[in-house]
Amino acid sequence: MSNFTKEEVQYYANFARIDMPDAEAQKFADRLDTLLEFTDRLKEIDTTNVAQMTHPLTITNVLREDKPADILDRDDMLKSVEDHEDGMIKVPNILD
Amino acid sequence: MNFETIVGLEVHVELKTDTKIFSPAPAHFGAAPNMNIHPTDLAYPGTLPTMNKQAIDFGMKASMALNCDIARTMNFDRKHYFYPDNPKAYQISQDDRPVGANGWIEIEVDGYKKKIRIERVHLEEDAGKLTHADGGYSLVDLNRQGTPLIEIVTEADIRTPNEAYAFLEKLKAIIQYTGVSDVRMEEGSLRCDANISLRPYGQEEFGTKTELKNLNSFNFVRRGIANEVERQEKVLLSGGKIVQETRRYDEATGQTVLMRVKGSANDYRFINDPDLSEVIIDEDWIERVKREIPELPDARKARYVNDLGLPAYDAHVLTLTKEMSDFFDETVSAGADAKLASNWLMGEVSAYLNSEGKELSETPITPAGLASLVKLIADGTISSKIAKKVFKELAENGGDAGQIVKDKGLVQISDEGTLRTVIGEILDKNEQSIEDYKNGKDRAVGFLVGQVMKATKGQANPPMVNKLLLDEISKR
Repeated sequence: MSNFTKEEVQYYANFARIDMPDAEAQKFADRLDTLLEFTDRLKEIDTTNVAQMTHPLTITNVLREDKPADILDRDDMLKSVEDHEDGMIKVPNILD
Repeated sequence: MNFETIVGLEVHVELKTDTKIFSPAPAHFGAAPNMNIHPTDLAYPGTLPTMNKQAIDFGMKASMALNCDIARTMNFDRKHYFYPDNPKAYQISQDDRPVGANGWIEIEVDGYKKKIRIERVHLEEDAGKLTHADGGYSLVDLNRQGTPLIEIVTEADIRTPNEAYAFLEKLKAIIQYTGVSDVRMEEGSLRCDANISLRPYGQEEFGTKTELKNLNSFNFVRRGIANEVERQEKVLLSGGKIVQETRRYDEATGQTVLMRVKGSANDYRFINDPDLSEVIIDEDWIERVKREIPELPDARKARYVNDLGLPAYDAHVLTLTKEMSDFFDETVSAGADAKLASNWLMGEVSAYLNSEGKELSETPITPAGLASLVKLIADGTISSKIAKKVFKELAENGGDAGQIVKDKGLVQISDEGTLRTVIGEILDKNEQSIEDYKNGKDRAVGFLVGQVMKATKGQANPPMVNKLLLDEISKR
């Protein structure tokens, strides 16, 4: 039973900026099918009386006061970028 | 075939907090590039977002002022996209549980009132700013990255460009009154996109919509919508189809221009952000925020009309900004006649602010100062002509109108004896004009009044001059 197509794998790979040649894509499609089959077994569990989980954390309202702190030194920050100009980070031109 | 215009707006408003929504870096406009940055804004490994309580308060406050239901449990979601304006490669936003939902505001436009429904108000972070330079690269300034925003999404209730304009004007006023944002379009603290579609009258379902961006003023919103409606009409009437796409308003040509066709490329893969806790909003929290909301424009407008007897037009103009409305309230509290104060604020004061490109707070004019001026006009101490001179002084150097009048000797001459003496001298010198008047040339009086005003440097009480002049002529 094959659910994932090669194209789908490449579509999702693109989101992670992973290069995915056709041959690889087919291999991953099959592996993902196996994974899906495995997780499908969860559907067999009766969850009628289990409250829906809406968040992985059980603590709520973790909030911070509106006070400035820990500002990064710009010169330090610019040391970690490949290139910069006038205090700004230089990146390849990507038009929206 | 006639088409009905369908418009929905998406408005982004920057919240005026001291720090960013998910990091403690300062959030304010105008700093040198990359000076307001926290490691979290750069998505450095190991950094975690922290939620700014004030931003949530502000989001709630704006939602309440827009008549929304407030979420009792909400969370933040990740909206994924790749672009250098956001190093995390996802924007933290709210997807299915926004802070506010099901709101409305009432607009008045072209003589009718209408409610525009607000689908949702959600909190999110702004992105950094990109400057596209020549030579194939862009420059990234991440100061704005993480600035708290609310996005206000209307239902597709807007039917004309004028309604869109009126909605934005009203929205801006309401938000400004709540104090959660400066709502200045020129500084980018209010930004608006419009979704526009047409449908034949009588048809239930909406047509294909286009999204219009780069609308940098309320006027451009109005013109941009009008132009896009025209374009879509032409396409439809010539048998074409509207393509779902993003267009940009070109201010120079007044036309909308294609930016990109919307495909399936935008798969944002929303997920619940596991780094941020759920927020449970209880009754006490809601009540506290509600108490902080000041009197809003509609309530003020009603008070001006009902309690102060102002015309609806005056009430509308005065309440467009909180600053003007507060100034008016204080001027009236300082003893000024409401209608006179309104005339001055809408007339001379606004003209001065426009010509100088200033806000009221940037001038030395005070409510007490304006009240002193208005009182001098009301009790006849100065003529409205002299008042303009006094106002100039008030606008430039501030102070009290009474003092200015005294210092400059500008008190209106209303003493009958003094006026009769001046009039006598003028009549002696202008016997021809008296002759002309008696021969039926009414205009001669105007000339004589002018002479009297000139002789008194504009300080003579005009209605008295008119009356006494005719009296003196009749004696000759």
